[in-house]
Amino acid sequence: MPHEQTAQALESEELVPPAEPHAAHQAKKVETQADLSAEIKGIGDRYAEALKNGKGPETMPRLDYAPYRSSILRHPTKSLHHADPETIELYSPTFGHQDVHALESDLTIQHNGEPQGERIIVAGRVLDGDGRPVAGQLVEIWQANASGRYIHKRDQHPAPLDPNFTGVGRCITGDDGSYSFTTIKPGAYPWKNHLNAWRPAHIHFSMFGSEFTQRIVTQMYFPGDQLFPLDPIYQSIVDQDARDRLVAQYDHELTSPEWALGYKWDIILTGSKRTWTENEAYGDAGDEE
Amino acid sequence: MSKLAPTPGQTVGPFYGYALPFNKDNELLAPGSPGSIRLQGTVYDGSGTAIPDAILEIWQPDSEGNIVQRTGSLVRDGYTFTGWGRGSVGNSGVYTFTTVNPGPTAPGAAAFISVAVFARGLMNRLFTRVYLPENEEALANDPLLSSLDPERRKTLIARRDPDGGLTWDIRLQGGDETVFLDFQQDGSLDINTENQA
Repeated sequence: MPHEQTAQALESEELVPPAEPHAAHQAKKVETQADLSAEIKGIGDRYAEALKNGKGPETMPRLDYAPYRSSILRHPTKSLHHADPETIELYSPTFGHQDVHALESDLTIQHNGEPQGERIIVAGRVLDGDGRPVAGQLVEIWQANASGRYIHKRDQHPAPLDPNFTGVGRCITGDDGSYSFTTIKPGAYPWKNHLNAWRPAHIHFSMFGSEFTQRIVTQMYFPGDQLFPLDPIYQSIVDQDARDRLVAQYDHELTSPEWALGYKWDIILTGSKRTWTENEAYGDAGDEE
Repeated sequence: MSKLAPTPGQTVGPFYGYALPFNKDNELLAPGSPGSIRLQGTVYDGSGTAIPDAILEIWQPDSEGNIVQRTGSLVRDGYTFTGWGRGSVGNSGVYTFTTVNPGPTAPGAAAFISVAVFARGLMNRLFTRVYLPENEEALANDPLLSSLDPERRKTLIARRDPDGGLTWDIRLQGGDETVFLDFQQDGSLDINTENQA
């Protein structure tokens, strides 16, 4: 598989964590958190000013967000071209229980022993922009372990790997758009964007909608993380309300007695463009039939 | 028209490699099977350097132009064409898919494959299209292509290889930057707002 060859080839030259080969820190000057925080604040202040002057709120991350150094050469410089989605774009690939085993939603039972860390349940619903449940669709997650270490070969952060935790899960949403994962609360981890850069604890999420234009990959965070103001990736969403949509809420109703703490997080996809029939609006349960 | 505010995207990051790829993810058909072609290319950054940590998804009609709604992409049985695939670039930035030439979804329409691009350092996924190069009349009449300058238009059209395959490179930034698409024409703001009012 291509990613294995990649990891192999990179291992010798990149002994640092989250390899950032184009990061500006590799130039002479060492950039500190204070430097980055000043940049982040500058962009935030300009956005607040624009809001005050009547500009509408932004809902997505800035593609051009220099505080995340690896984005500098990887963002389009031309405006995205407005296009009407056509034909194939108005449909989504179909997934079902042939594709995903029910046990894949429990990340704590993939090995012989129990993983280390705080067991949690993360659950919610996938909805489209009109509030319609996205039924029978694929949700994928991946994350670091409790000590902030990814099992990925390129992660060389000297925190322990957990032989009982891989950190990958999948599920198919229910008729009401619901998903649920049992996992371990991930740790924060250091990366090489600047000196003393730490990512807030997060779980990567990948979702499909009813139309390919709704495809989203994002990250879910935990409430009250002190690293939020320092993190260029979280702060690339300059609008506070929009950023808040990535933060799960502790939910005692979801908490399982003497077993796991519950976090609730709903995902709202962008609006659908297709004209819906009544049957479609009630959802497609994949290959259940 | 969208009523609820959407959840923002975030970068796929560097560590998707043990999570998103799966066995035969980039083989919509078994290589070498009748009608199969290779779609391949390189993903470049703004300095023209091939990037080793991008992952692409393609979503396309079958060779007759039918939109397929069949499960089985993640556990391929070798016979069912699902229309969707996922391919990570290798260390040299090259991606490969085994698929079929998409058919036109309406008579006379230009045939294309829908593409989503994810990469470390890319804050949110990007959408684009890759068109088959042959039917020039269809390409000339295509609503998207005809709305683009000729220079930009060609970034969306694949080259036909001597072996019948397709080559199509993606440039995230620069003079010959690939055209990326925004489908949310519902009053939401342009994503690159800071510099573009």
